[in-house]
Amino acid sequence: MKNTEIAIIGAGPAGLSCAVEAARAGAQVTVLDENLKPGGQLFKQIHKFFGSREHQAGIRGFRIGQNLLEETEKLGVNVLLSASVYGIYEDGLIAYIKDGRDHTLKAKKIVIATGASENALAFPGCTLPGVMGAGAAQTMINVNRVLPGEKILMVGSGNVGLIVSYQLLQAGADVVALIEAAPKIGGYGVHAAKIRRAGVPIYTSTTIKEVLGEEKVEGVVTVSLDEKWRPLEGSEKEFRVDTVCLAVGLSPLTELAWMAGCEFTFIPALGGHVPIHDSNMETTVPGIYVAGDVTGVEEASSAMEEGRLAGVACAESLGYFEGQKALELKQEIWRRLDALRTGPFGEARFRAKNEQLNARRKLA
Amino acid sequence: MRVLHHPILGDETRKTNATITVDGREIPAIEGEPIAAALLAAGIKKFRETPKHHKPRGIFCAIGRCTDCVMIVDGVPNVRTCVTPVRDGMIIYTQKGLGKWGVEK
Repeated sequence: MKNTEIAIIGAGPAGLSCAVEAARAGAQVTVLDENLKPGGQLFKQIHKFFGSREHQAGIRGFRIGQNLLEETEKLGVNVLLSASVYGIYEDGLIAYIKDGRDHTLKAKKIVIATGASENALAFPGCTLPGVMGAGAAQTMINVNRVLPGEKILMVGSGNVGLIVSYQLLQAGADVVALIEAAPKIGGYGVHAAKIRRAGVPIYTSTTIKEVLGEEKVEGVVTVSLDEKWRPLEGSEKEFRVDTVCLAVGLSPLTELAWMAGCEFTFIPALGGHVPIHDSNMETTVPGIYVAGDVTGVEEASSAMEEGRLAGVACAESLGYFEGQKALELKQEIWRRLDALRTGPFGEARFRAKNEQLNARRKLA
Repeated sequence: MRVLHHPILGDETRKTNATITVDGREIPAIEGEPIAAALLAAGIKKFRETPKHHKPRGIFCAIGRCTDCVMIVDGVPNVRTCVTPVRDGMIIYTQKGLGKWGVEK
């Protein structure tokens, strides 16, 4: 069994940011990730980020990922790759599989930064090869440089659906249409405008009736919905496509937090059941922290801030800060987090995150 | 189909430098890329058949979570092809049901 001061599970934006802050304060940090490469989903984000300059607005996601990796390297953070954590046990014991063998790691503090995974959608034909997550298609084009198909129908007009549609066009695919079950577009207007300018029609109040094909996707039939979300007979449209991408939200990957005994609360705006945490990102289990999408689905910018917060808080609890230094750092991070949770889209997340923090206060 | 030119990522600099055999057919691949990527590049979309109804399945999540893309790789069934890197000379089969151990003849 190996020992470490802080173990971080997940080397995405939250986990790496956490590692940087904790290591900078002087703590010994080990990051575990099941993937072959660190960075989580950052290296799939080839678009420029939003927000203000302090949130690295205008910089493409994969560049932010490269910068984070350079920092972790410089600080001597130990990153274990192809390491699948399958359990968190008492007294900070972590069990993981690497190279087909069992390993254990004992940590004084554990940060769960496992992210989220894409939701599926049920309709006739939804299991046919060619129906996939929008993030799956994004991985294929931007990381592996392979097109999942040539003619694509996108389902869902949140930012993921809008951005991946544009990136599919950039990769050379034909995005035949984007459909959205709600009566209006879910994501930012600028992203929607970009794909409209590129000639992609967006159909609101429209869903999938069925996907056609025996061995793979050969087409899709859509249907319009009335104001009560009921299919309108006779409104069917058929599209000849070989790929259907689903961008219908994400769910936090909370298995390890459940297993560790963390208490949860149900907040639909954050993706469902999310672990309760305090303003230090510490869960209801002392010494176990959370950061990023696992605490509620937001975006990479807020995941990085939450990671930094958890990193400072862990290092502080291990005695690595003098006087008011940790408090000052945490206040500064909270100010930046609050700034990210403003505006017509951010306000709902601000309220939801407050509800999560209040759940902790009620328990105390 | 591979993305050879890209407005943000630039031109593809890697070259196919490996060969994998899928159901007896040789396919060019890039050492280290996920098996699933090489298959999609070769136009293969069906990766396995379900145990009971023999329905086709392919890539769904591409991050190793859904297990829809599992195949028999070098005699080992249930290998997640979306997170398993290509090595030159791999022998791969479409997985029928739960799959069998050992390389098929």
